Amino acid sequence: MTAPLLAIENVTKVFAGAVTALEGMTLALNDGDFVSLLGPSGCGKSTALRLIAGLSSPTKGRIRWREGAEGALGVVFQEPTLAPWATVFDNVWLPLRLAGVSKSDARDRVEESLSAVGLGGFSGAYPRELSGGMKMRVSIARAMVTKPRLLLMDEPFAALDEITRFKLNDDLLALHERLGCTVVFVTHSVFESVFLSTRIVVMAARPGRVIRELRVSAPTPRDDAFRTSAAYAEQCRLTSAALREAMEDA
Amino acid sequence: MTALDMPDRSAPPAIDLEELARLRRRRLEKLGAWALPVLVVALSLAAWDWVVRVNDIPHFILPRPGRVWSQLLADWPLLSQALMVTLRITVFALALAVSLGGGLAVLFSLSRWVEMSLFPYAVVLQVTPIVAIAPLIFIYVDSPFVGMMICAWIVAFFPILSNTTLGLRSADRNLEDLFTIYGATRWQRLRYLQLPSAMPYFLGGLRIAGGLALIGAVVAEFAGGVAGRNGGLAFRILEASYRLNVPRMFAALALIAVAGIAIFAITSLVSHLALRRWHESALTRER
Repeated sequence: MTAPLLAIENVTKVFAGAVTALEGMTLALNDGDFVSLLGPSGCGKSTALRLIAGLSSPTKGRIRWREGAEGALGVVFQEPTLAPWATVFDNVWLPLRLAGVSKSDARDRVEESLSAVGLGGFSGAYPRELSGGMKMRVSIARAMVTKPRLLLMDEPFAALDEITRFKLNDDLLALHERLGCTVVFVTHSVFESVFLSTRIVVMAARPGRVIRELRVSAPTPRDDAFRTSAAYAEQCRLTSAALREAMEDA
Repeated sequence: MTALDMPDRSAPPAIDLEELARLRRRRLEKLGAWALPVLVVALSLAAWDWVVRVNDIPHFILPRPGRVWSQLLADWPLLSQALMVTLRITVFALALAVSLGGGLAVLFSLSRWVEMSLFPYAVVLQVTPIVAIAPLIFIYVDSPFVGMMICAWIVAFFPILSNTTLGLRSADRNLEDLFTIYGATRWQRLRYLQLPSAMPYFLGGLRIAGGLALIGAVVAEFAGGVAGRNGGLAFRILEASYRLNVPRMFAALALIAVAGIAIFAITSLVSHLALRRWHESALTRER
């Protein structure tokens, strides 16, 4: 049994002003996991993501990476968060550029990452020329260009319309399947979390904490048929019940 | 955003009355954008000419526009030299304002402590009228050219400093986080995130500063500029007023106005060229 890619060990985060954003969270992320953090606002799911990303540090407990994999992560925010002054290519190049990779050396990897999200041929476009869904794809391409072991996604599709969201969900699963990285996906949509995840971590607010963890046992190459299957409906029912429990607990 | 918002391109290109009216209105607006100002200027000049003629006003009180024009042509060697003097002060002051204002803004963004210490001085410099400071400057600075440049610089540098400071601080918070996650150095953050974010703000400041530099140059010359062959337009206006050469005063005034318009046009063009690919202010709305 190999060590988990990342272990969150009894982590508590208290902000100045004595607000406990997260209390005693323990979670092990294994290779290839697709873990959703599901819960009402204020349940600490975004705080957990920031702690994993190293943007803030825990008040108590610790976060441990597997040796050799430290900090190999990519992030996708709720907004596409692209630099408007830079082309699609330059936006995706950014993580490599910050690591000192020149434009010509980065070219193949950037183009590869763009075609993986279905945006081959858009390198020269500026973000304002793209639709909301396409901007999000660029954002995903940027997160994947460094071939991270861990991909953090903070409600990435919340602002998109349902048709675009379904398409992006499908594509994200295909991408996850192909690259085999671990994903932590923050959402407040039961349906999205069930469709995407292998594990769902249900969280409650005040103080933010983990209530329970559910496994989604459906086989992983999932497609549109899964969205209308009885297994999907049953899993959604179970998850909704757990979420309701979490809300009542708060 | 989505395919649903897009107009149906497969529809036949039949144009309804409303669209036709919109097209006609847009064409008229395009024409009016330059035709109306020209018309207003022409009418004002005609009215001016008419008032002087009908009331028989002598040219040493109010010259006719034609007289101002011929005076401008006759005095061109004199006035063009003065214009060059004024423009040189303006351009040097503006360049100094850009480098020092921009540089100081970068310094402020690097250190909050430096900003807190120095920003009050920048405000004091900005709110004190330049005519009140100018005489002191001319006492301490030997070269009148340098003195005038300092005056014009003081007026021009504040909008650049304050705008650029604001711009450097207005980078997208999530992008900031992204730079942190990828372990960006301070220099990378400045170069790839803060400077591009500040660009629209800086250019907005530049457009204001261009006009202010010219005003500063003229005011400084009134306050303590040189006379004679090295005098600028302000000196020529003063000199002409002593001699009751009102047509020349108008001619010099017109040159200052034209110079101001030219500076504004150039800085606007620079701003447009720098931002046209990405910034909202430079985009033509598609619809």
